[in-house]
Amino acid sequence: MEIPYTITARPDTGLTNGKLGVWLFLASEVMLFGALFTAYIFMRLGAEQGLWPDHIQDVRLGLCNTILLIISSITMVWAWVALKERKFNTYRLALAVTIFCGAAFLCVKGVEYHSKFVHYGFFIKEDAMEKYRPELDKMNAFYAAVPSQHAFEVRGHWENKADSAATAFVVHPDAKPGYLLDLSKKPEAKTAEEPVAGEGKGEEEITIAKDDVERWGNLLPAYGTYYAMYFTVTGLHALHIIGGLVVMLYFLGPGSALYRRNPEQLTNRIEVTGIFWHFVDLVWITVFPILYLT
Amino acid sequence: MDDFPPSTEAAPVTSHGHAESHGGHDDHGHEHHQLGFWRAYVFSTDHKVIGIQYMFGGLISLFFGFCLMLLMRWQLAFPNEALTWANASGHMGYQLDQILYHLGLSGVSPTIPVAIPPDPNHPPLLEMIFGKDQMPGGIMTPDFYNTLGAMHGTIMVFFGIVPLGFAAFGNYVMPLQIGAPDMAFPRLNMGSVILFYLSAVIMFLSFFVPGGAAKSGWTSYTPLATISDQPQLITPHFLELFNFLPVWVTTETPSYSGYLWNMHLFWWHQGTAFTWPMWLTGQSVWIIAMAFNITSSLLSSVNFITTIVQLRVKGMGWMRMPFFCWTQFVTAFLLLLAFPPLEAAAIMQLMDRLTGSSLFSPGGLVVSGQPLPGNGGGSPLLWQHLFWFLGHPEVYVLILPGLGIIAEVVANNSRKPLWGYNYMIYGLMVLGFLSMIVWAHHMYLTGMGTAVSAFFQFTTIIISVPTILILSSLIISLWGGSIRFTTPMLWATAFLPLFGIGGLTGIPLAFNAPDTFLHDSYYIIAHFHYVIAPGTMFALFAGIAYWYPKATGRVMNETLGHLHFWPTMILMNCIFFPMFLQGMAGMHRRMYDGGATYELLNQNVLHWNSFISESAWLMGLAQIPFIINFCFSWKYGRKVSDNPWEATTVEWSAPSPPPHGNFIGVPVVYRGAYEYSVPGHDKDFTPQTEPPTRTQPTPIPGPMPADERIIGLPHLS
Repeated sequence: MEIPYTITARPDTGLTNGKLGVWLFLASEVMLFGALFTAYIFMRLGAEQGLWPDHIQDVRLGLCNTILLIISSITMVWAWVALKERKFNTYRLALAVTIFCGAAFLCVKGVEYHSKFVHYGFFIKEDAMEKYRPELDKMNAFYAAVPSQHAFEVRGHWENKADSAATAFVVHPDAKPGYLLDLSKKPEAKTAEEPVAGEGKGEEEITIAKDDVERWGNLLPAYGTYYAMYFTVTGLHALHIIGGLVVMLYFLGPGSALYRRNPEQLTNRIEVTGIFWHFVDLVWITVFPILYLT
Repeated sequence: MDDFPPSTEAAPVTSHGHAESHGGHDDHGHEHHQLGFWRAYVFSTDHKVIGIQYMFGGLISLFFGFCLMLLMRWQLAFPNEALTWANASGHMGYQLDQILYHLGLSGVSPTIPVAIPPDPNHPPLLEMIFGKDQMPGGIMTPDFYNTLGAMHGTIMVFFGIVPLGFAAFGNYVMPLQIGAPDMAFPRLNMGSVILFYLSAVIMFLSFFVPGGAAKSGWTSYTPLATISDQPQLITPHFLELFNFLPVWVTTETPSYSGYLWNMHLFWWHQGTAFTWPMWLTGQSVWIIAMAFNITSSLLSSVNFITTIVQLRVKGMGWMRMPFFCWTQFVTAFLLLLAFPPLEAAAIMQLMDRLTGSSLFSPGGLVVSGQPLPGNGGGSPLLWQHLFWFLGHPEVYVLILPGLGIIAEVVANNSRKPLWGYNYMIYGLMVLGFLSMIVWAHHMYLTGMGTAVSAFFQFTTIIISVPTILILSSLIISLWGGSIRFTTPMLWATAFLPLFGIGGLTGIPLAFNAPDTFLHDSYYIIAHFHYVIAPGTMFALFAGIAYWYPKATGRVMNETLGHLHFWPTMILMNCIFFPMFLQGMAGMHRRMYDGGATYELLNQNVLHWNSFISESAWLMGLAQIPFIINFCFSWKYGRKVSDNPWEATTVEWSAPSPPPHGNFIGVPVVYRGAYEYSVPGHDKDFTPQTEPPTRTQPTPIPGPMPADERIIGLPHLS
């Protein structure tokens, strides 16, 4: 028994089974990520003042990842075209480049995650804030009022983290508007008199007494709703990338033996994989503006 | 190195690709017999075996979920009495005496039995099964009552009805009805069924994790679901065996000084005890099991749609497909598009539980004097939106396959074409679409705002139009038919009015004002059980009896079928009709003592509790004929021909049971699905695969495009 239309398209639908199947699967994926993006909008609109950080991500890392994924999408098509033309070696090269780009994407993502893990935020109690405000202003450091929690948020590198007996946090605060990495571009000064944000970074530190801090933590999902959404969406997306990579590695290795028996079937499978891969790319192109550019 | 396959052209394309691939069918058909036990029955890719696997899994889940409800009914009927044999037999004796007294057969008015307290030296069976924390001495704890409620709902909906109505019947019958050799993706199909069994096992095992299974309702509303089932200290003796293993040691990590999120992802020692990790507590396990279940459903729905679109045989145009296939098609779309938001919501709830985020928890919540962990900023309303975005289409996922089965049975047994077949299909499509935009009528009490409520009232009322259209068509189909009251038809005729009760009692709930009163009362319970229990489940029983001869070559016993049908039909009403009364009197659905605490308010309807419970237990007994019938007919049923019901649809032209590859040769379809009692024919049914017998040249269906032009004609022959 053989299932019809696995290799050739059904005349009246013009589709092979696999192609229709993957499009349907993508429809459900649209709903999956659509629900998450909707949740993101819901959260963002309902966020209390000061609890939704903006411009927290390093745009350049995100841009780098965007470019990586777009390149990988192009090479994916290249792999499919090569198979169509029965150029097996070109196919292997193109697929390898695709896999490399996907893996590089994950590495950059790892760097980004790591920067969240080692970065800390501190909620300074409202009545204690006056002690620190002048110093923070002098450094042009970022801080935001969170009225609902009667606190001010300061983020930065926690210098004396290893010292568990310390009674104060020695913090190297982020500059406005709170880019995570020091790589980031310094924002323009608003007026000529105002010092440029982030000036003196690397030298200046502030000491905040532990008693003055309401809560603190590294930028994990528990820290705030934005971070929870960030890790959920990008984590799920990274899982999709990993899934795609596993499939492509299979077609680079053992799966490519199908080329000897039925090159057209392998071509179809690569096409279906490519459709999925483009979708993962497309999700990223949505993630990039809503999480990085705002 | 382009040395191998030098060809630059595509694999040979033939206009009759499928016909040729069928050609080798007979040779391949015998491979079936060479498969070992594991490949043939456990890891099978054959859609029929998979359908039967779903059938068994679904029936077992259904039975299990039913038993959970029977336990709950004890607590509702006799609150806080130990569920022991002594007490149960006391109540049974009392009821029997009462019947005898009222019939005048006994002169003594019986007295209500006094509850016998549990004997600590001899723990009852249920304590031994569910543990001291859940049923100490056979008395149900409130938490365990909630667990039973949540698990009853979850198991019945996701592990009972959907696997039966959609997966079992869809897998077995649908490819046969469209003349396909198998599903489009047989291996994916096997993956689905494995995932389903995995999810069911995980869900059932969650009863035995410390703290018990999920207890926040089948809807798992947050923030209740987020904070329930916290990790707890246990002293499991078996874990001491592993003391030599290195254990996870927590280091002091920076955390919030205000409150501590108690998230233990791993075991670790605390003296002789261990903490049970968060990701293995009841609610987390519920989410994990649901994730597997959802994935299984998604893969199945992709498979179903692809099969229906791609694998229809020659001549099987869209408007010649049996109504059952149409319902499967729409159902698959609902599952495909509605389930992912729940998956997203489940992932987010898992984040809340495992990483301490507060996507679904607002700030400032205090429970039992303790401030809730988390940073706030989340929205419980979001969970409800995401949940009901699945939850409402899910209702139609439950009922549509049932409607499909009933349509087949009604057409076959009334010996008439379905009345308004085209309009039923259009109605079905409208129904499918509308079901995606009515979800917030479950949320009128949340205060979403009047504008939102008005929109959802509007759509909810509209959706009753296609539903009533389909139901009316089925009723009119009976008109003037020469009805055969076979067992499937008994279930189908009972289905129509009882499902009608379920549907019509939903209309008051569609409006904001009456819903404010009726919401979360027993009225709701009665309403949706009328839709699903006498509705879908009657359809499933009809379907089992109807297609049993196809799957086994033997027919189920009629006497046992009647013995199953009549008590079930009567008791079903005894169970659910009084609930309408209780609900309209204002009884709340989640009270663990059945409303006894508020006796003053509920006194006029409280006595129904024991009546309902006893009806439910009797209905449990009424299933015994079915179980016997189902098991014994497999071996000892009367052997019948390939088409015992004299039906028209394509599956009956296959041998019973169909071999691997389904058909002898390739079927070709010449006509619509329900050509019963066509004037001028010698018999009252004309199978779809029967070639036209006219003398003048008839258009034998050619290639697909030409065929699509003539399928609009209702009667080809």
